[in-house]
Amino acid sequence: MIKGDKNLRIGVYVCHCGTNIAGTVDVEKLRQFAETLPGVVLARHYKYMCSDPGQELLKQDIMEHGLNRVVVAACTPSLHEETFRRAAEQAGMNRFLVQIANIREQVAWVTDDAETALDKAKAHVAGAVRRVALHQPLERQFVPILPRALVVGGGIAGIQAALTLADAGKEVILVEREPSIGGHMAMFDKTFPTLDCAACILTPKMTAVKNHPNIRLLTYSEVINVEGSVGNYRVQIRRRPRYIKEDLCIGCMQCVEACVFTRARFPNPFDRGLGMRKPVYIPFAQAVPPVPLIDPEACLRLKQGKCKETCVVACGDRGAIDFEQQVIVEEYQVGVIIVATGYQIFDPSVIGYYGYGKLPNVYTALEVERLLNAGGPTSGKVLLRDGRVPKRVAIVHCVGSRDKKYHAYCSRVCCMYALKLAHLLKEKTGAEVYNCYIDIRTPGKGFEEFYNRVQEEGVHFIRGKVADVSPVPTGPGENGSSGLIITVEDTLLGEVRKIPVDMVVLAVALEPQADADNVRRMFGISCSTEGFFLEKHPKLAPVNTASDGVFLAGACQGPKDIPDTVAQADAAAAKALALIDAGQIELEPNTAWIDEEMCSGCKTCIPLCPFNAISRDEERQIAVIDEALCKGCGTCVAACPSGAAKQKLFGFEQIDEELEGILSYV
Amino acid sequence: MSQTHAHGRSSGKPKLALYWAASCGGCEIAVLAIDEKILTVAEHFDVVFWPCAVDGKVRDIEKMADGEIRLCLFNGGIRTSEQEYMARLLRRKSQVLVAFGSCAQEGCIPGLANLSNREEIFRTVYRDTLSTDNPQGIYPQPETAVPEGKLHLPIFYDTLKTLGQTVEVDYYLPGCPPEAENIWEALVAVLEGRLPERGSVIGKNTTVCDECPRIREEKKIKRFKRIWEVIPDQEHCLLEQGIICCGIATRAGCGAKCPQVNSPCIGCHGPNEGVEDFGGRLLSALASMIDSNDPNEIERIIREGIPDPVGTLYRFNLASSLLRRSRRAATDGNGQKGAAASKLGAVS
Ligand SMILES: Cc1cc2nc3c(=O)[nH]c(=O)nc-3n(C[C@H](O)[C@H](O)[C@H](O)COP(=O)(O)OP(=O)(O)OC[C@H]3O[C@@H](n4cnc5c(N)ncnc54)[C@H](O)[C@@H]3O)c2cc1C
Repeated sequence: MIKGDKNLRIGVYVCHCGTNIAGTVDVEKLRQFAETLPGVVLARHYKYMCSDPGQELLKQDIMEHGLNRVVVAACTPSLHEETFRRAAEQAGMNRFLVQIANIREQVAWVTDDAETALDKAKAHVAGAVRRVALHQPLERQFVPILPRALVVGGGIAGIQAALTLADAGKEVILVEREPSIGGHMAMFDKTFPTLDCAACILTPKMTAVKNHPNIRLLTYSEVINVEGSVGNYRVQIRRRPRYIKEDLCIGCMQCVEACVFTRARFPNPFDRGLGMRKPVYIPFAQAVPPVPLIDPEACLRLKQGKCKETCVVACGDRGAIDFEQQVIVEEYQVGVIIVATGYQIFDPSVIGYYGYGKLPNVYTALEVERLLNAGGPTSGKVLLRDGRVPKRVAIVHCVGSRDKKYHAYCSRVCCMYALKLAHLLKEKTGAEVYNCYIDIRTPGKGFEEFYNRVQEEGVHFIRGKVADVSPVPTGPGENGSSGLIITVEDTLLGEVRKIPVDMVVLAVALEPQADADNVRRMFGISCSTEGFFLEKHPKLAPVNTASDGVFLAGACQGPKDIPDTVAQADAAAAKALALIDAGQIELEPNTAWIDEEMCSGCKTCIPLCPFNAISRDEERQIAVIDEALCKGCGTCVAACPSGAAKQKLFGFEQIDEELEGILSYV
Repeated sequence: MSQTHAHGRSSGKPKLALYWAASCGGCEIAVLAIDEKILTVAEHFDVVFWPCAVDGKVRDIEKMADGEIRLCLFNGGIRTSEQEYMARLLRRKSQVLVAFGSCAQEGCIPGLANLSNREEIFRTVYRDTLSTDNPQGIYPQPETAVPEGKLHLPIFYDTLKTLGQTVEVDYYLPGCPPEAENIWEALVAVLEGRLPERGSVIGKNTTVCDECPRIREEKKIKRFKRIWEVIPDQEHCLLEQGIICCGIATRAGCGAKCPQVNSPCIGCHGPNEGVEDFGGRLLSALASMIDSNDPNEIERIIREGIPDPVGTLYRFNLASSLLRRSRRAATDGNGQKGAAASKLGAVS
């Protein structure tokens, strides 16, 4: 006997899917079989159920024959479940009284023998019929979306996303860990392949962020906790003290001038340690906000409590300097989140034979970017550590990339930035430049042309991996040399070459930020094997993540150049906007719930929930599930020893009946 | 159930029957654990059949009208043809048939014999044990000819079934044995006619943890410990200490007596409401608590800590679980050819 509603009126629809299904499964026999099943009052087959006439047929039947359950035997529910649910709803039926029997992917496409296929299809249909008999109407639930976005990371990705959202009239909170926004792009002199000046295109955007009435910029700050779910996230942001009040400072830099340290003598991380700063400093001239900050490790007043406080005197009446500033934690509510935390560069000192960190004239590409930058430590002059201008430069490609020992992946931008650096170094110093590469990869717009141009400029290209970088041996009495010799197997010439140079530039890989794992956990996103954040679908949902309302932009998702970063940032902003403007989002219908009487509060389920949706109500001593957070994965339902955790659309009885139905025809 | 038999005919008092099938007899004692209230029972019921305590003949029952007995408390599973006969008989004669205790409800310890079969059981019991002296290897026979005529013994089945797998049961009283308070409540409920929905378990709808005062945290287990290996901490959840306590999956109603005296719950009250397979539930819960992601380590934790998985997880309910029994040979042991086990429900 069939369980469920006594007045069952089930309609079964067998879809031909052209010949996809009908080519293998005898749809007429299947229809006849379906008609005999208890509770079924009507069974049809049709060429394309998902087509407009197919859906119309379904709607007509529901209305004319008073159907109260529907089974569609067609393709996978991930394709058309929504289609048929919607059709049923339009005909006045609750959309959750529809069940799909997947006889395409699970039967027709994987079964050769027609008879076996028919048997299998019968089993699927019988299971679906017995299951749907137990379906209950469910309410669709929606949560409102707060029209405010959090953007994490103020590199070009975060800047672009924030501006797009703010220009559309949405409030944005932009959080940047460093004292200034700008990210890596702010460090560069020029950008490939057009060689626009990085500052010229970036600075206006940075200033626009600062001045935008819809953007609240929180620099020197980090998100430390995220609660809630799509539509209403509660985030806590920790703000480190600058010891200079942002609202009072006008960016005159008099304090920096006046500091008791007359000479800058502390390495500036923004210059990768090649330049120096004072205890009170601004990381670079165009920093946004244009507000200096004080390094408590270097400042005499903060370190020892004793100083003439010349900076305070210089600041005068403005009174912006505040040695008592403390870490503060601010809380914000936002509806959507864009994660744009970027990348870090690979540390090449772990590859001993390149000599980085030991040989002073071996540089990373990022250090060379600073040397080339007009606002950098050498004001744009390419000078070696001993002050000489290099005459011969080797650029080593794929340092840490395409190397199973470090990162198996290609970092995608290195070939191009190596070409850019080759061009700029040659232009500024006239040096002979050797590019030692494995393959040159230039698959972007204008990239190959740029490669040709650099070749024509006389840059040397050697196909081969550099095996060694050593100092030039010095004769007796000589005072050590700063010259270097690189050893490279030129695979095109088929010989090992030793080339004397006085500068080596390592084209280092882009890798996930050191704290990427913490960040991803906090925002409930997954990561790929190499540690970059994982998009929901590599082709069809490239900026979505596993968490609804959390989007990805820029290099935190994988190495990419600025054009791709900006495009992705705008895509993420558009997705966020679409969500905000929809005003609400539908929750998963198949959420889990706790049968309160049956729950003994044993806490088995709590640590298992991948979405932190379960907590324990200490007063009532039971588990409670936050429906807005639940994604219906069913983990708690499977693990609950007392059977108190239950799931809508996946009740024990429903599953049981489906199995019974399937097994009685196999 | 027909209302014409609502009251017994002879004494005017409703008739009560108690029966003991494949079980240890503890349930019979448990009835007496209601103490002096047993007198109240005698006052309100006419005890027409209780082989353990009062004289009564099967043929007297056979002569009764169908439904003449108001209440039958039936303990024990169905292991022999005689037990099956009595189950069917008492079913027919009783308005309310209660599967009394774990054996009748879910098979209990005798049900663990479903891991073997009649042949193996006979071999062990009538031949292999050290104290058995049976050089001719004689096994009990259903029929034995003696000069005086034919002697009959009930047929010993290959598989132990629960009462519910044999006849329709009205109510289930869980426990090995049921608690005195629950027995009393069930009796009162019958007398007062306030019975719950037919087919339900008379008891609580939550698990033992609900009644257990121990402090519990989130559970992470690196090593399962046997009870002889540790003296448990008195205050914290036993399971969190690595001792397999079945309280998380076991129906409440016992007052968490075992964990309160430092002894883990072994699951005698059966699964919670609506749960079909106690062992499966417990297994997936325990599996989710193992604090490791390394398959080899997990395998070691289970192997070292749970040497007898069926005896640990299905101690009381193998016969009523989805597993039911170990794979069966060609015949079902009841003399008939085993039906092809095509449907889940057909395995029994
Ligand atoms: C040497 C070199 C040269 C390059 N040259 C070019 C070029 O010429 N042209 C080109 O198109 N591309 C170039 N690129 C690539 C370019 O750097 C990237 O495409 C771009 O920087 C990606 O931007 P982003 O915003 O995603 O990341 P990033 O620039 O890394 O910015 C991320 C920002 O997020 C902040 N952040 C990180 N974590 C947190 C956190 N937890 N909380 C708050 N804030 C956080 C960081 O401080 C940073 O400001 C080059 C790369 C390298 C290494």
